[in-house]
Amino acid sequence: MIDVPRIPLGGWIEAGLDFLTGHYSHVTRAISRFTRSNISSLNDLLMAVPPWAMIVVIALLCWRISGYRLGVFAILGLSLIWNLGLWQPTIQSLSLVVIATLVAIIIALPIGVLAALSDGFNRVVMPILDFMQTMPAFVYLIPAIPFFGIGAVSAIFATVIFSMPPAIRFTALGIRQVPTELAEAADAFGSTRMQKLLKLQLPLALPTVMAGINQTIMLALSMVVIAAMIGANGLGAEVWSAIQRLQPGAGFEAGIAVVILAMLLDRITQAMKGREAAR
Amino acid sequence: MSDDPQSQDGVRIRVRKLSKVFGKHPDRALALRDQGLDRAAILERTGDTLGLSNIDFEVRSGELLVIMGLSGSGKSTLIRCLNRLIEPSEGEISIEGDEITRMDAKRLRECRRRHFSMVFQHFALFPHRSVLANAEYALEIRGMPKAQRQEKALDALRRVGLEEWKDAYPRQLSGGMQQRVGLARALASDSSVMLMDEAFSALDPLIRRDMQQELVGLQRELDKTIVFITHDLDEALNIGDRIILLKDGEIVQVGTPEEILTRPANAYVERFVEGVDMSRVLTAQAAMRRPVAPVTLDDTPGEALARMDEGGVDTLYVVDDERRLAGILERGAVVRACAGEAPSLATLIEREVPRVLPEEPLHHLFPMFNKRSYPIAVVDGEGRLRGVVVRGAVLAQLAEVGREAPSPEPVPSLAPLDGPSATGVSS
Ligand SMILES: Nc1ncnc2c1ncn2[C@@H]1O[C@H](COP(=O)(O)OP(=O)(O)O)[C@@H](O)[C@H]1O
Ligand SMILES: [Mg+2]
Repeated sequence: MIDVPRIPLGGWIEAGLDFLTGHYSHVTRAISRFTRSNISSLNDLLMAVPPWAMIVVIALLCWRISGYRLGVFAILGLSLIWNLGLWQPTIQSLSLVVIATLVAIIIALPIGVLAALSDGFNRVVMPILDFMQTMPAFVYLIPAIPFFGIGAVSAIFATVIFSMPPAIRFTALGIRQVPTELAEAADAFGSTRMQKLLKLQLPLALPTVMAGINQTIMLALSMVVIAAMIGANGLGAEVWSAIQRLQPGAGFEAGIAVVILAMLLDRITQAMKGREAAR
Repeated sequence: MSDDPQSQDGVRIRVRKLSKVFGKHPDRALALRDQGLDRAAILERTGDTLGLSNIDFEVRSGELLVIMGLSGSGKSTLIRCLNRLIEPSEGEISIEGDEITRMDAKRLRECRRRHFSMVFQHFALFPHRSVLANAEYALEIRGMPKAQRQEKALDALRRVGLEEWKDAYPRQLSGGMQQRVGLARALASDSSVMLMDEAFSALDPLIRRDMQQELVGLQRELDKTIVFITHDLDEALNIGDRIILLKDGEIVQVGTPEEILTRPANAYVERFVEGVDMSRVLTAQAAMRRPVAPVTLDDTPGEALARMDEGGVDTLYVVDDERRLAGILERGAVVRACAGEAPSLATLIEREVPRVLPEEPLHHLFPMFNKRSYPIAVVDGEGRLRGVVVRGAVLAQLAEVGREAPSPEPVPSLAPLDGPSATGVSS
C-alpha cells in the first residue's frame, strides 16, 4: 500500500473555528446574552401561568383551529404530563422550540424567496441545504459550545441550523409552483417585483410554506431533545438523566411527554395549513 | 398626442423586423436564418428554436387585429413580445412613438400600466382574490385610492354582467364567467391596447360565440384597440377587422377576413381557409342592394304609391332630411290611405324596421328573416339608409362565392329583386 498522507480536514475546520471564536466571540457572546434573556423571559412567562389555565387555553386553541378531537387530546395529554411531574421540563422544551422555530423562519423565508426568484442563488443554496440536513445532528452541537457556551443558546443555535432547511426548501418550492400564467398576469399589468411577491406569490405559496414550517417545528423538537447533551434544560435532560441512572421508567415517561408535545405541535400547524389552503 | 406622427396615421403599435430565438446563441441562429436556413435546420444546427423571424406589422388605433396560426406558429411569443413578457432577440416595437424595446425596467413598467392589459387562455385569475379584487388589480398596483378603484372595477364588472358576483371567488364561477372577470380586469385598467392570447379557446363553443359577439360589441362601444390571438379560423373571421396569418414564426398573409378568403396569398392559406363557412365572413354590405328611392315624411301617400309602382315593390323606406331611416311603408296601408282621407305618412309608417350595420356578418341575418317578412335595412353608424338586404340576395351572394348557404330552415325559393350587381352601393 502506498502511504498517502492523511488529509487534515478536521484540523482545518478546527483552525477555522478557532479563528472565528477568537475574533468574533464578543459578537457571539452578545447574541448569547440576548437569546438567553429571551428564552428565560418566555420561559418565565409560560411558567407564570398555572398549568390548569395553560391546559385550558391550549385546548381551546386546538378546538378553534382544528376541532373538538384535538381539544380533547390536548386536555388529556397535557394533564398526563402535569400529573407525571414533567410540566416544567415540557415548558422549557416548548420555549426552546418556539424561539428556535421563530429564528429559523425569520432566516429561512428571505432565503427561500431569493432561491425561488434567482436560479443562480438556487443552485448555490440547495447543495448547502442537503449538507445541513444530512450532517448528523450531534455534530452541530460541538462548534456551538465555543461560540455560545454550554446551555440553551448553543442548543438553539444547533437547532436553528438543523431545522431551517425544510422552511427554505418549501418556501422556494411554493413560489416556484405559482403558475406561469398568473405570474405573467401580474407582470403584464405592470406590477413591481415586490408587488408581485406580496400580492401573488407569497399568498399562493402560503400552504406550502406552512408545510415547510411544520417540518421545521418537528425537526426543532427532535433537536431540542438531543441538545440536552450540551446542557439544555427540558424533556431531553430528563431522558438524559434517566439514561445515566438506568431508570427506564422515567426515561419512557419523558419520552411520552415528547411524543404528546410533538403531536400537538404537528396537528396545530397542519390545521393552520389546511385553513390557508381552503381559503 | 395629436402631434405624434404615429397617431395621425392611425397606427398605435408598430413592429419592425421582430425576431425571437429561444436558446443560447441567438446571434448564430439569426445569422443562419439570414443565410436562408429554415426553422427546422436552425434547430438541428444550434439547438435553438427560431420562434419568430422578421415580423413586420402595425396595429391601428381602434381595430381588432387577429393573429392566427396553428399551434407552435409563434402566436403567444409574438403577443408577449409586444409588452416584453418575452424579450425580443432583434427588431423594434414602438407604441405611439415610444420605443418599447429600448425601455429600462421602470419605464417598461409604466408603459405596461398605461398601454397594455392582457387576457389569458386559462384566465389567469388570482385565486386568492375575490372577483372584485381581481378586477381592481391593475388599479391597485398603481396606487389608486380604494374607493375610486373599486368604483372603476365595478363599472367593468357591470359591463361584463358580473356585478352581483363581485364577492365570489374565481373557483366558484364557470369558465365563461371566469373569462368575463379576466375581461373586466383588463377593461378596468383602462389601457389603450388589450392583448388577448387565445382568450376564448378554453370555452365551450356556444359560450365562445357569445363572448365573441360581446367582445366585438365592447370594442365598438369603447373604441378599444385589441390584438386577439386564436388558432381558430372561424373565430378570426368572425371578429377580426384584419387578420395576420402566421406560419412557423413568419407572417404568411395580412388582410381583412374577406381578402384572406377570396384572395389567399398562397397555397398554404388556401388550404387553411378551405371548408370555411362563408356566411360567417361575408357581411351585410356584400349582399345589400340599392333600395328603391325612399320617400320623406313630408311626401304624400300618393307619391309613395307611385314610387312603389315604379320600383315594383311592396314596401318602401321612409327617411328624414338627412337620409336617416324613419320607418317603412306597406303597400296595403298606403293604398287604403289614398282611397280615404290621405293622412300624413307619419301615421302610416311602421317604425320597427329590422336594421343592421354594413359589417354585420351574413349569418346573423338569417334569424332575422325568420322572424320578419320585411327586408333588412342596412344603415351606417349615424342611422342613414345605405342599402337593403332581401333574403334571395343573401343566397345569391353566397352562391357567387361558390358556397352553399347553411340555412336554419329549408329555404323557400325567392327570386332576387334585381341583379346581384348592386354590392357595395351607397346611394
Ligand atoms: N420558452 C421557450 N423556450 C423554447 N422554445 C419555446 C419557448 N416558448 C415557445 N417556444 C417555441 O417557440 C415556438 C412558438 O411557440 P408559441 O409562441 O407558444 O406558439 P403558439 O402560441 O402559436 O402555439 C414553438 O415551437 C415553441 O416550442
Ligand atoms: Mg399559444
